[in-house]
Amino acid sequence: MNAQVQFENHDKQEVKNTTCYMCACRCGIRVTLKNGEVRYIQGNPDHPLNQGVICAKGSSGIMKQYSPARLTKPLRRKPGSERGAGEFEAISWDEAFDMMEQRLAQIRSTDPKKFALFTGRDQMQALTGLFAKQFGTPNYAAHGGFCSVNMAAGMIYTIGGSFWEFGGPDLDRAKLFVMIGTAEDHHSNPMKIALSKFKRNGGRFISINPVRTGYSAIADEWIPIRPGTDGALLQALTHEIIRQGLYDRDFLVQYSNAAELVNLDESSSEYGMFVRTEVPEEEGCFDPQNKLWWDRNSNKPVVTHTPDADPFLLGEFQLKDGTPLKPAFQLLKERVKDYSPEWAESITGVPADTIRRLAHEMGVTARDQRIELPIAWTDTWGKEHETITGNPVAFHAMRGLAAHSNGFQTIRSLAILMSLLGTIDRPGGFRHKVPFPRPIPPCAKTPKGPEGVRPNMPLDGMALGWPAEPDDLFVDENGQPVRIDKAFSWEHPLAVHGLMHNVITNAWRGDPYTIDTLLIFMSNMAWNSTMNTVSVRDMLNDKREDGEYKIPFLIVCDAFHSEMTAFADLVLPDTSYLERHDVMSILDRPISEFDGPVDAVRIPIVPPKGDCKPFQEVLIELGTRLKLPAFTQPDGARKYRDYPDFIVNYETEPGSGIGFLSGWRGKGGEKTMRGEPNPRQWEMYAQNGGFFHYELPRSYQYMRNWNQGYLEWAQRNRITRYAEPISIHIYSEVLQKFRMAAQGRTDGRQPPPHLKKRIETYFDPLPFYYETLESQLSDTQKYPLNAITQRPMAMYHSWDSQNAWLRQIHAHNFLFVNPKTAAAQGIADGGWMWTESMHGKVRCMCRYSEAVEPGTVWTWNAIGKAAGAWGLDADANESQKGFLLNHLIGEELPPHEAGDHLSNSDPITGQAGWFDVRVRIYPAEEGEPQQTSPQFAPLKPAPGMAQKRPNWFAFFAGKGDWK
Amino acid sequence: MHPAFSVIFLTTLIGVGQGLFLALYTGQVYALFQVLSAQGDHRFYAVGSVIVLAFLAAGLVASFFHLGRPERAWRAASQWRTSWLSREVIVLPLFMASVFMYGMAHYFGWNAPLFSLGETLQIDLIMLTGAIATFFCFALFICTGMIYACLRFLQEWHTPLTVSNFILLGGASGFALATAYAAYAAPELTGFYGKWTLIITLLAFASRLASLVRNHKLKPKSTLQSAIGVRHTKIAQKAQGFMGGSFNTREFFHGKSPSMLRSVKWIFIVLTFALPLVFLAWSLSINSASMLVLTFAVQYAGLIAERWFFFAQANHPQNLYYQAIS
Amino acid sequence: MTQLALVIDLNVCVGCHACVTNCKEWNTSGMAGPLSDFNPYGADPTGTFFNRVQTFEVGSFPNTETVHFPKSCLHCEEPPCVPVCPTGASYKRKEDGIVLVDYDKCIGCKYCSWACPYGVREIDEKQKVMKKCTLCVDRIYDQGLPEKERKPACVLACPTSARLFGDVHNPESEVSVAIRESNGYQLMPEWGTNPSNHYLPRRKTQLRIHDDQLVRADNPLKKERLLPKPDKNEPSLDDAISW
Repeated sequence: MNAQVQFENHDKQEVKNTTCYMCACRCGIRVTLKNGEVRYIQGNPDHPLNQGVICAKGSSGIMKQYSPARLTKPLRRKPGSERGAGEFEAISWDEAFDMMEQRLAQIRSTDPKKFALFTGRDQMQALTGLFAKQFGTPNYAAHGGFCSVNMAAGMIYTIGGSFWEFGGPDLDRAKLFVMIGTAEDHHSNPMKIALSKFKRNGGRFISINPVRTGYSAIADEWIPIRPGTDGALLQALTHEIIRQGLYDRDFLVQYSNAAELVNLDESSSEYGMFVRTEVPEEEGCFDPQNKLWWDRNSNKPVVTHTPDADPFLLGEFQLKDGTPLKPAFQLLKERVKDYSPEWAESITGVPADTIRRLAHEMGVTARDQRIELPIAWTDTWGKEHETITGNPVAFHAMRGLAAHSNGFQTIRSLAILMSLLGTIDRPGGFRHKVPFPRPIPPCAKTPKGPEGVRPNMPLDGMALGWPAEPDDLFVDENGQPVRIDKAFSWEHPLAVHGLMHNVITNAWRGDPYTIDTLLIFMSNMAWNSTMNTVSVRDMLNDKREDGEYKIPFLIVCDAFHSEMTAFADLVLPDTSYLERHDVMSILDRPISEFDGPVDAVRIPIVPPKGDCKPFQEVLIELGTRLKLPAFTQPDGARKYRDYPDFIVNYETEPGSGIGFLSGWRGKGGEKTMRGEPNPRQWEMYAQNGGFFHYELPRSYQYMRNWNQGYLEWAQRNRITRYAEPISIHIYSEVLQKFRMAAQGRTDGRQPPPHLKKRIETYFDPLPFYYETLESQLSDTQKYPLNAITQRPMAMYHSWDSQNAWLRQIHAHNFLFVNPKTAAAQGIADGGWMWTESMHGKVRCMCRYSEAVEPGTVWTWNAIGKAAGAWGLDADANESQKGFLLNHLIGEELPPHEAGDHLSNSDPITGQAGWFDVRVRIYPAEEGEPQQTSPQFAPLKPAPGMAQKRPNWFAFFAGKGDWK
Repeated sequence: MHPAFSVIFLTTLIGVGQGLFLALYTGQVYALFQVLSAQGDHRFYAVGSVIVLAFLAAGLVASFFHLGRPERAWRAASQWRTSWLSREVIVLPLFMASVFMYGMAHYFGWNAPLFSLGETLQIDLIMLTGAIATFFCFALFICTGMIYACLRFLQEWHTPLTVSNFILLGGASGFALATAYAAYAAPELTGFYGKWTLIITLLAFASRLASLVRNHKLKPKSTLQSAIGVRHTKIAQKAQGFMGGSFNTREFFHGKSPSMLRSVKWIFIVLTFALPLVFLAWSLSINSASMLVLTFAVQYAGLIAERWFFFAQANHPQNLYYQAIS
Repeated sequence: MTQLALVIDLNVCVGCHACVTNCKEWNTSGMAGPLSDFNPYGADPTGTFFNRVQTFEVGSFPNTETVHFPKSCLHCEEPPCVPVCPTGASYKRKEDGIVLVDYDKCIGCKYCSWACPYGVREIDEKQKVMKKCTLCVDRIYDQGLPEKERKPACVLACPTSARLFGDVHNPESEVSVAIRESNGYQLMPEWGTNPSNHYLPRRKTQLRIHDDQLVRADNPLKKERLLPKPDKNEPSLDDAISW
């Protein structure tokens, strides 16, 4: 650089739009290439999601693209070498496909469930799920089970939608925003954009979190809380809001089942169910309008939504036949009666006065700052409204609530609190994103038993579904699980995202059965994506008596040399996100906005490195070779040339007009949402900056659970099958049905005896607070502290230990401890210490922090790496000073009356209880190594990886050094 | 600050050179005014000038190790209007040239009077070049001292004492070297240089002590509060934004413990002042030339410690921003 | 006279480091590049960055504020780093007040960094010259970029738009208005460097609930006939006195 300012020569540059994948947000990015090298990645200013901004991860994509940790060749474990020793030989893709084809064809023709496919990311599920279903295996899931399935399930089973991809806070109009249990920056740019506007508009932002970092840092008020106790706080808030009459009565009456009457005749087989007038004409996955209110005008029971009826929300009533009844809201009121602020204070550590004030702030803001938009709309009962109104109190929550074994019920409490305030799909409150709301529960179902798994046939149902009753469980005649992870069994009936965290342990133990081949895509199951890491690594290496590995064949597809790839028998080198076609589909986790559906594509910006092949192409090729029906012509011939061809031409059913992409459908691209395949669809996406955004008419943008216009639009576009209202489940009959089964009140399926009490306890139709399972089963005197983790913003939802720029920001991690807590144990700021749980212990370094509740310790997650992994030197900070808290977290609960090997998860959903772990801390002895523990033998670089690297570099794109 | 040995050697070596030249010339001036009868021969001064130049050159060489781009060092002369460093870069070669001329004048015995001042003072080329060199010598001391003294955020340096320390410490070490040199080459001058060495060392001690006392009492003007603009009595950095270090963590902090810093302080006080004073008095009394060499060597070693401490003690306000990783 | 500068709004900065790495990626391949990295995949990785985000904790639990604090060259109006430069490599542009380093003139003596109280200059250990924030001088005047993008990379990237960019000498500019109306302040004012970059402090929104807001005629509990009503049989004056 000299005094003469030089500008870029834009003529020599190429600019392409694609979609980021440095984390799971999937922002639009604009990539500038100079001589074929990535010069600059910026936010796409036209993209609805990120509106031109970009985060630290997105800005560091160049260092991911050119990382020396990249795998470049298919690799086979050298014959005779031990798994995990990292002895690989490069093979061709043909050899790799032959190996897989042979093995998988054999499995498929005998017992398809012996093949399991688990993926780290949720966002390719439309294709990975299709492949698994077509293969015929039930053993498929993505990482939702150990991420935030409680958040999805707890809210979808209550309001038909959830946070993040499914919906979120309308901060544009909110006046009060309460963020509870949101680790660091979930979700990234859209929340940052919204939060900043919200604050600048004078909104009040309250953060409830054991730790004050990230978004909580800019909150107007931080309310520290003990981990796992949010349910108690939410119950107390509900208590206070009901006590003060601060709930939105009209909203509850019209749009929830709060006023519906519950049968309380203990002798009845309908005990705990809503009383119904008659059997509905059509059975479908919707709530029939056949329940009763007690009308105050006629003082009689009437069918809900009877014109001019005005139901009681509270009270006790009797049918003529003497059946005692109470409105659901009365039951809720009784439920929270004892959940006083004082009671919650003793559990949460939040002062009772603060709880009361918080409840008043919510209730008064919701009531007194009501928004009225001049938008006319019609509800599903045909009533026309001149305006759309809203109560401007918005919430956001994520893993802090979800990653506890009481998370489902806690999140139900939250959804109910939001409903009490009248904030569901209304301006200033919570807003859905297409294709949400879904019916409660959504319609997708798994097969009901082992007969759904048939040789050489697709699975008879979905691998993952939404049970509405015990009959929907995926169990055999003895009530035993059909899935390897025991999802949809009595152990975890509503495990709607599966339990990936138990797959390896279950397969190793052969409980419920052994498998042959495990295919892992983009998930680090030998490190940070597993609990009880040390043992799980041993299980991956463990052999049967005959010398065969207990999990005989392990295929790992990843772009990087991770701890997991080291254990593979076959490694498939994936491309980077800049090297592939990809879709962010509405069939998948969408990127829709509040105002309408959005989907997007990735297009290759640079050619694949080495022999890298996108995993999508691998699946299409494998599907074709295995002659899976969706991928082949009736005569067995290849149906799709490649992934781009598949995306354009695949339809969910022949002629359905529903494909992966919703924009520019129809022969000439003239249709949206539904239409024939358009051969120029990719081109049209590229021309539009890589995304499609359909803005709904304004009258369809709100109240979508009950908005006739919207629901009919959704029905016409086959987003839903029914245009019936989606009433909020203040009281959950779904849960009651499971409870009734456990109580032996039903004739249908019943839980095995050892699980009866568990089901009866936790499947409570009204939310309740209970101590997390680990706390119930461990010595909380001995392990007085909660330990939690979060990814730092600069690495949130990303894989970035190998990123030369980001790892300078987070090279290793400390355990953050409140100074009082640390000093009480004699641990110095910066000193070495041990953190121990009932499962194991790690040595790490301490950092004092005043921004953490004294009963909690926490660290940045997944900064610690195994030596030599991720292309890092064996002495890199990540392995020498970095540590992983996972070593302390069990994937199974200690043996207790409900079973010896129950997953350490929410008993309802199977959500991994990461944040339940209890620990104690003490200083390391003088003379102990100044190194984290445990340590593992350094990984060797794999063939095809950059073997030698300079100890410095001066990255400058466009000179030809990085092609 | 992080003490860089290039700069430690630069400043101490040229200080010795400057002091030695001043010793040589002082003796001559005394003789001119006939206050001092003894005077070495031309050879003594010529060789002395060579020694002066050798120290200056060594300092110059050391300075190049401090530069990232030494090949561009010539550019450093351009900003003499504003930069004390630039001025030093100009004055150092001028001083060296004038010392060279002074040495040449001695070597060739250019002592024909050029003019006279008043009745009696006959000024020859030797005295003239010496006077010019003396001017540049002090200019150089001032430039070197001001490089540090002008940095107002480095409060430990931002005092006239920095300049006086450079002059007096350079002077003391140069006179000590002159004493030792004279003991071999012009024994009749040993006592003269020796006494001056005692005096200057004592003055330097006083000046340095004054700066130590001053620095001990200093209150940093900048605080975390002013650094980030938040008014609260309790502020702690948790993350400086990177973990593997940066230029800002390497250049501005010595990285040693406070006890090490204290030890170095006492070491330099003993080596630079206490021991040389004792050794000098003793060696003058027993007339030991080798002891005088030892005296200089000890004092120079002390000066290295002193200069290390000088840098290490300076607390740069930027360090407020670089205190913690996590 | 124009003085370009950044105004950083600590009220909305969440400490995401977007400005840090976007600055790095723009500048490493730009006019100010490359920005070298050492041990990029080894122990204690270190490299040249123009911009850093730091974290401070203010106060004691539970009254703790976590402050994320981005910091780059402040482009002082009286830049102490400029006059000390012996070669004239460090200079302040007359036309817009940006403080720059001419790499071709820099001898890598680091003296300018000593003269900066803010610690915002970093020597490039590979190229051996001093480097610093240029306010993306190669973007902001580039007619080849769309006008909206003629901003420093950090400003474009910032997801919370916590970074404003403009002329602090123009009283009507966005930055001047923000400084004036949101109490913008300078770092280390005690040195008289008059930094052009300003910071906006945290601002709190409070909500006061009046007791009478909890009392409403239309309280839904009333509709349920549940507003507390004493039982008929509870003691009353009728039981005690007959007048």
